[in-house]
Amino acid sequence: MHLSPDEMILWQHGPLKLNGTILFTWGLMAALAIGSKLITRKLSSDLQPSRWQSLLEIIVTGIEGQLAEVGLREPKRYIGFVGTLFLLIAAASICTVIPGYEPPTGSLSTTAALALCVFVAVPYYGIEEEGLAAYLKSYAEPTVLMLPFNLISELSRTLALAVRLFGNMMSGTMILAILLTITPFIFPIVMSALGLLTGMVQAYIFSVLAAVYIAAATRRRDPGAVRRSRS
Amino acid sequence: MDSMTLIAIASIVTAGLTIALGSIGPALGEGRAVATALSALAQQPDVATTITRTLFVGLAMIESIAIYCFVVSMILIFANPFWNHVIAQSAAR
Repeated sequence: MHLSPDEMILWQHGPLKLNGTILFTWGLMAALAIGSKLITRKLSSDLQPSRWQSLLEIIVTGIEGQLAEVGLREPKRYIGFVGTLFLLIAAASICTVIPGYEPPTGSLSTTAALALCVFVAVPYYGIEEEGLAAYLKSYAEPTVLMLPFNLISELSRTLALAVRLFGNMMSGTMILAILLTITPFIFPIVMSALGLLTGMVQAYIFSVLAAVYIAAATRRRDPGAVRRSRS
Repeated sequence: MDSMTLIAIASIVTAGLTIALGSIGPALGEGRAVATALSALAQQPDVATTITRTLFVGLAMIESIAIYCFVVSMILIFANPFWNHVIAQSAAR
């Protein structure tokens, strides 16, 4: 029994290792990228678009609607980042129906990398939207006394994002492995169906939390500005 | 009792206690959250989608506390640094 796909070493040459995490991540990335490239190669605006085009349109407009509901005012700007996070994590957990596959998000390296992307993206969007001085000033709100707490919360939520996703995916595979030794027949199927559900919920939560953090960083403090941009 | 046995006992007992005590709080919290969401759903069925979405996000945030405890207990059992240190020392001896 191993804890993560990191320990599944497929090929080794000196210090270079190819483990399961890298293989599955690149496989997912290739499948997502090549799949969407193939579908978007012949887009049409007919009354009856192709099935795959309808699928992609449903996904993209669905993500956009969710981002708008969370509170991002221009969801089109952030859909590239947040939508990619969602699609990668969701694909990683859906593919667990393939035998021999282990979700790369069950490795702490993958989830830490994703959380670090959010950690970098939040100040990036915040500075882009509000300017450097206004963004830095938001750390000292409501008073300067809150500065260390704001900094700690920035770090701890990154850690929480990483460990939450890792723990959920890892516990799914771990419970399956334990159940296979106790009740090998029907029950593991039920648990893997539950694992699919938790995987989707975790993908949703990861991307919604990223969107909420970005929305909090890009919110203009001046209420007049909001009113002006709305009208 | 040598230090190896002590470390084994401490890790196993702590792993069990971590997940046992650590799941009490999230269980109570999730129960409260679901109960409140159900009564909110009964009062305002029109905003069911918003309530359900917020409930799911909230449940996952609460559940992550239990998941942290689970991760710690898994580390204690399968990837214990002290245990690995003792094993490495006894192998070198």
